[in-house]
Amino acid sequence: MASSIRVRATASGETTEVQALIQHPMDSGFVKNAKGELVPAHHIETVQFEANGKVVFTALWGPAVSKDPYVKFSFKGGKKGDDLKISWVDNKGASDSMTAKIQ
Amino acid sequence: MFRKILISVACCAIFANSALAADSINPEQDFKAFRQFFQSKFPKIKLDDFVNGPYSVDEGLHKQWLQKEEFPPYDFAVDKGKELMAKPFANGKTMADCFPNKGIGIRQDYPYFDAKEGKVITLELAVNRCLEQNGEKPYSYTGDDMASVTAYMAFTSRGKPFDIKIPNDPRALAAYEHGKQYFYQRRGQLNFSCASCHVQSPGELIRSERLAPALGILNAMPIYRSEWGGMGTISRRFTSCNSQVRGVPLKPQDAEYRDVEYYLSYMANGLPISGPGARP
Repeated sequence: MASSIRVRATASGETTEVQALIQHPMDSGFVKNAKGELVPAHHIETVQFEANGKVVFTALWGPAVSKDPYVKFSFKGGKKGDDLKISWVDNKGASDSMTAKIQ
Repeated sequence: MFRKILISVACCAIFANSALAADSINPEQDFKAFRQFFQSKFPKIKLDDFVNGPYSVDEGLHKQWLQKEEFPPYDFAVDKGKELMAKPFANGKTMADCFPNKGIGIRQDYPYFDAKEGKVITLELAVNRCLEQNGEKPYSYTGDDMASVTAYMAFTSRGKPFDIKIPNDPRALAAYEHGKQYFYQRRGQLNFSCASCHVQSPGELIRSERLAPALGILNAMPIYRSEWGGMGTISRRFTSCNSQVRGVPLKPQDAEYRDVEYYLSYMANGLPISGPGARP
């Protein structure tokens, strides 16, 4: 199966800009299906970005975050060719991670 | 009294005659008129830009879209479509085997008129027929798998101009005319035709949404609608449009829908495929 994470990180000068898209249903737990039953909450709880092993960004997400969330941020200190590791864990314990190179 | 009736009968006969002449089916003439209408309504838009729907008519949306395209939400569907195309069926064949050139770069040739069956074959219909012929369960016409497969096919056909042919066959011309009538026919509690929104009012707001011009509207299909939170096929678009005007939608891939797809795709001949698209 293809990865649930898309990422693009580009270094320019001192800062590195990161964009990422994660495929996830992000069910809030408040929505009903066609039969009128509640769809149980199923959402990402933590997302972490590590550049060369050092955590540069952590997000604590909840039911209010949209389906297939997109995140964009920048940090100081990354350089071209560095490893950027992205990982997420959801409330059912599922997780995924991938490593990309900073361009 | 009798004289009066005679006169009105004579009048009717004359009208019927002239109406018949105007009704003769002429796709080429319609094509020119349709194109001219949109180009004079939007003189600033380049012809090829019409395929980008609301983004071609609204500057703010256009800027948002350029950013969105850096990281398009339909990306996952394209990948899934690629997988589904290559995944072997129970009999060892794949979806790719059903299509010319393995399904790559062929989106612009659909829908076409099949002379043997005497009806219009759309890409979505062809996909499900392929599944059925190989003993597989067909996809839902409005579901994610159908959207993924057609997204991959559109993605590999990007930039290729629509190339819809209407053979010189009375049945093909009838299908075309039927589709055209469906497009201009008002329906539903709100009494809207497809044309009320997409010919009369493209670029205007309907609630918070910008209406897309009918010219090139199918080039971007299937689409990721943020409003839907997912992908949608042409079938999904047609059925939900009908519900939105408070009409009763037909079944996906009914003759009316296939014919209207045929009509609209013919009108977009020469414009590049831009699908899969992302729409607000």
